[in-house]
Amino acid sequence: MLSVKDLSVMFRTRRGNVDAVRGISFDVAKGEILGIVGESGSGKSVTSYALMRILDAGGTIKAGEAVYSGIALRRAAERDMRDIRGRETSMIFQNPRAALNPIRKVGHQIEDVLRHHARATRYDAREKAIAAMEAVKIKDAEERYNAYPFELSGGMCQRIVCAVALACNPRLLIADEPTTGLDITTQKAVMDLVRDLIRERDMSSILITHDLGLAAQYCDRLIVMKDGVSVEQGDPVTVFSQPEHPYSRKLVDATPRAGASVRDLLPAEARTPEPLITASNQPLIEVRDLVKTYAGKSGPVHAVKGISFTVNKGQCVGLVGESGCGKSTTSEMLVRLLDATSGQIVFHGKDIAKTPARSFAKDPRRAAIQMVVQDATDSLNPRHSARQAIAQPLRRLGGMRGAALEARIEELAGLVGLPQSLLDRFPHQLSGGQKARVGIARAVALDPEFLILDEPTAALDVSIQAVVLNLLVDLRSKLGLSYLFVSHDLHVVRLLCDHVIVMKDGEIVEEGPAQQVMSQPQNRYTKSLIAAAPKPPERAANKDQLETKDAQHPPFHDKRAS
Amino acid sequence: MLASSPRLRAILLRVAQAIPVVIGVVVISFLLTRALPGDPAVYFAGVAADEASIEETRVAMGLDKPLPVQFLHYVGDLLQGDLGQSLSSGRPVAVDLANRLPASLELTLPALFLAVVIAVPLGVLAATRPGTWVDHLCRVVVTAGVSLPTFFTGILLIYIFYYLMGIAPSPLGRLDFIYLSPDHVTGFYLIDAALMGDWETWRGAAKQLVLPATTLALFTLAPIARMTRAAMLTALSSDFIRTARAAGLSNRTVLYRYAFRNALLPVVTTLGMVFSFALGANVLVEKVFAWPGIGSYAVEALVVSDYAAVQGFVLAMALLFVALNLVIDLLYTAIDPRIGFEAQ
Amino acid sequence: MSDTTPSDLPRQPGNLEHVIYVLRTNPVTLIAFGMFTFLILSALFGPALVPYDPLATNAGNALQPPSWAHWFGTDQIGRDVFSRVIVATRLDLTISVAAVAISFVVGSILGCIAGYWGGWADIILNRFLDTIMAFPLFVLAMGIVAALGNSVENIIYATAIINMPFYARLVRAEVNIRRDAGFVRAAKLAGSSDLRVLATQIYPNALPPMMVQVSLNLGWAILNAAGLSFIGLGVSPPTAEWGIMVAEGANFIVSGEWWLAVFPGLWLMFAVFTFNLLGDGLRDIVDPRKRT
Repeated sequence: MLSVKDLSVMFRTRRGNVDAVRGISFDVAKGEILGIVGESGSGKSVTSYALMRILDAGGTIKAGEAVYSGIALRRAAERDMRDIRGRETSMIFQNPRAALNPIRKVGHQIEDVLRHHARATRYDAREKAIAAMEAVKIKDAEERYNAYPFELSGGMCQRIVCAVALACNPRLLIADEPTTGLDITTQKAVMDLVRDLIRERDMSSILITHDLGLAAQYCDRLIVMKDGVSVEQGDPVTVFSQPEHPYSRKLVDATPRAGASVRDLLPAEARTPEPLITASNQPLIEVRDLVKTYAGKSGPVHAVKGISFTVNKGQCVGLVGESGCGKSTTSEMLVRLLDATSGQIVFHGKDIAKTPARSFAKDPRRAAIQMVVQDATDSLNPRHSARQAIAQPLRRLGGMRGAALEARIEELAGLVGLPQSLLDRFPHQLSGGQKARVGIARAVALDPEFLILDEPTAALDVSIQAVVLNLLVDLRSKLGLSYLFVSHDLHVVRLLCDHVIVMKDGEIVEEGPAQQVMSQPQNRYTKSLIAAAPKPPERAANKDQLETKDAQHPPFHDKRAS
Repeated sequence: MLASSPRLRAILLRVAQAIPVVIGVVVISFLLTRALPGDPAVYFAGVAADEASIEETRVAMGLDKPLPVQFLHYVGDLLQGDLGQSLSSGRPVAVDLANRLPASLELTLPALFLAVVIAVPLGVLAATRPGTWVDHLCRVVVTAGVSLPTFFTGILLIYIFYYLMGIAPSPLGRLDFIYLSPDHVTGFYLIDAALMGDWETWRGAAKQLVLPATTLALFTLAPIARMTRAAMLTALSSDFIRTARAAGLSNRTVLYRYAFRNALLPVVTTLGMVFSFALGANVLVEKVFAWPGIGSYAVEALVVSDYAAVQGFVLAMALLFVALNLVIDLLYTAIDPRIGFEAQ
Repeated sequence: MSDTTPSDLPRQPGNLEHVIYVLRTNPVTLIAFGMFTFLILSALFGPALVPYDPLATNAGNALQPPSWAHWFGTDQIGRDVFSRVIVATRLDLTISVAAVAISFVVGSILGCIAGYWGGWADIILNRFLDTIMAFPLFVLAMGIVAALGNSVENIIYATAIINMPFYARLVRAEVNIRRDAGFVRAAKLAGSSDLRVLATQIYPNALPPMMVQVSLNLGWAILNAAGLSFIGLGVSPPTAEWGIMVAEGANFIVSGEWWLAVFPGLWLMFAVFTFNLLGDGLRDIVDPRKRT
């Protein structure tokens, strides 16, 4: 159906020419779902843009060819391409709400496509648009027809985007990171829908994603891309169990999955022995009936509805839930950046919730409770170098100056694996992983006791995530920290945490030892969460082998008391 | 989707918001009149006033009373349409302003229309054809436009087109003295002359209008063109344009139905600011071209220290501006369906 | 390999080097700086260096077109136009710099308070700014000068007042955007109080967009002051000021003596144009993201 040979794409930038894609070849058969997997900068999205010929102004197809049903896409006239786009090949993107025209009714946007490709006339366009919406399983299609994108949820918007893409019954659908930014359950719903539609209509599809697990679950074949070239191609099970290329091996290793330990995420040569951490039974921080209510536009918003839990000394507690469940609000209250409406947070026997957030900065306990925030880019002042960022808590809370300050900064840099030469760089001159390290160095600068990690690796590539997660494990052992690890990624939580708390709509629906909650969930919501998480194929050659292995040797961290 | 209710609420809210603004405007106008050097009563009593009537005015204005009471007097007078007496003309300021307002509107409205008709397409073309001569022209127009002093442009245009080239008529007001002004129906010479069927006079009035309207238009051209270009560029690089392109929609559809309509929103918002500048530039243009509108009325009043007239002018302009802004905001509400639904 | 840095540098450039880098890579900025320097020098040394006394009249030599003796010609009472134009630079620049400085400081303080703490302060500030912006600004300036009295000081105050809303709104928006940024939270975690965070973390990041605004405003303030003096406010004859010179010269342009009005007008344009061009250059210097 689609045959790509030696495709190369070049971008003209101010710094010269950049080769985004360097000679990639692959085929997509009829009815096949092909996954293109890679980290940022691999050229996977650029490939799809080139196929659809919607590259940005500075981009050109330098060499190679893409043949779709006998049509050479590279040299086709723009008029022909406009015909092909939407009718034969179509595309859906990430961030579905932004992908729709904000001031045009969604029904009309579907109509536009239908009428442009002469699939409908003025008179039956509305009918056909509603039919297209029903085909993507939108209930009450007639009512939703008149909606604007801002009135719909993220998942619903993605369905509309699918409806627009599939309205004219194309033969090939390209999906560019369609689930980024969506909750796990929404992600599953969208991917299931896309897969079902593709199978129903006997279409072919290309799925582009950075999530190897997701690709493995939904695709018939995988391509792994790195730096503009394809390093490996094959079916998911083979790629996962016997990756040939070192890079794909690294990617497969780094993908968090059941049955692996955190060290397994790293390449084989970097796997030092995992530290043994014993969590004690002494409570470090106790949350009692914590409530947070906001005054919203249409009535009060109950972000957190009275939760209670405990983090013991030396423990790593995971807090999971989808967006809007209240986990971020909880962590902000715990770290005293936000005042609770009511409830207690008992730290070393005293209720710190009594101290308002405004004055906690001056409190002697400020240094003991710290946080690593989600977006490393956002968390660094663009005008301050890495050195100044790390120095900040040392100056303010530690009162350090001069040589002692410099020495401590260098010590911390060494601790988090940040090269000394990078200390004087500004955030825009650092990579994602380096920024994350600076954020961690700053958080542990004053030897805190309790560290809250709010999705610290969400924005990182999977191989960098592996390194950072291992760093966090090592730091916990070296510095005797206790963690509250907030995340939506269940696999990562399972790797790191002794104890897990599941939140939904401001309440705790389940909690318990990590292994137990993950493998034998009791609550219905927890079950749906776990079912929705993508399951990469097992690494062992024999699936049965792995199951017995799991039973005989449970992963290392289970030996810790929880 | 019950779209009407929250939107209606938003519209009513916007109209209601105009009320405290009007109150604020009146308060500031009041403070300005009381900040005058010397005795306000003298200015407001008028030129024919003697000691007795000045005293009368003083009592009527309540100047011997505490400030809040004076404010109430002031508001009372305003509600009756009393803005004081003009020193120079001897007539009530409100009457003077009403007489001269059509002249200013006849100058400003065509100028703004001209500016929009040129600037918006220029901005759109510059955004859709980056790097071409249109784009460069647009940038030059914008940079020059914000640097040009209005009064200087007017003078230059007079020099070039009247003195050097002789095509423009002499800049002495709305109508050359050889014509008789048309019978007063609306006060707009172009409309009144057309109503009378007097095409000679119509042509005469139109000729006088060309240079001042062009001067004013040149001034307002720049911010509109700049905002249109910027808004189009932003719209064209949005995600939803990418979706439209990927669905194969034609260039025209993408450009107008998708990009331009979205770009219109910030442009409409800018119009408010442009009106503010235009109303100010109006004063300067009227002085340069001896145009007998409310701007030149105020300038003449300033020269003879006719403060009642000046403050009346300031208040009238402000109220006009508040009304204009309200219309623009309501226009915006009609275009943007998201108004009223702030939670996204 | 995705963990490599975008650019590998041997060491970080200092501040002066960065300024030179910006000037080198952006010729337009360099030109703008040159023009700006010329203006500043005219303002500082002009009055001492001009060939004629700007106030010296010479009725016999009135209305002379530009010549080698009088580069810009003479006006209706024989004064040298060139000298007057150069000397006027000082007055006009002083007015606009003073006005912009006042509105910058006041607007920044109000904007910071409203943007950071929100609540009642924000509501009151917004109402107050709305009321000022409800007037066509030039008209409001006219009203203020008329009320306070016809002097140069009052022109400065009037211009400052009508300029202030721009700064207040800009600072408020910039502070509001950054109020919940990660690095602000990190600073609080590091023990900084609200005030310190506002002053050392948030406000310095709001500076780059403000630099552009300052520059544009300087140009606008000059236009405003010239406009006010054109209609007879603020400056009175025989003071040399661009606006009043254009006003006086306007009477003569219909009879062909163009040099009285055109030269001051061109100089006015030149000054405003300089400040507009300067805006982008200033932002590049102040924005750390442009450091490579």
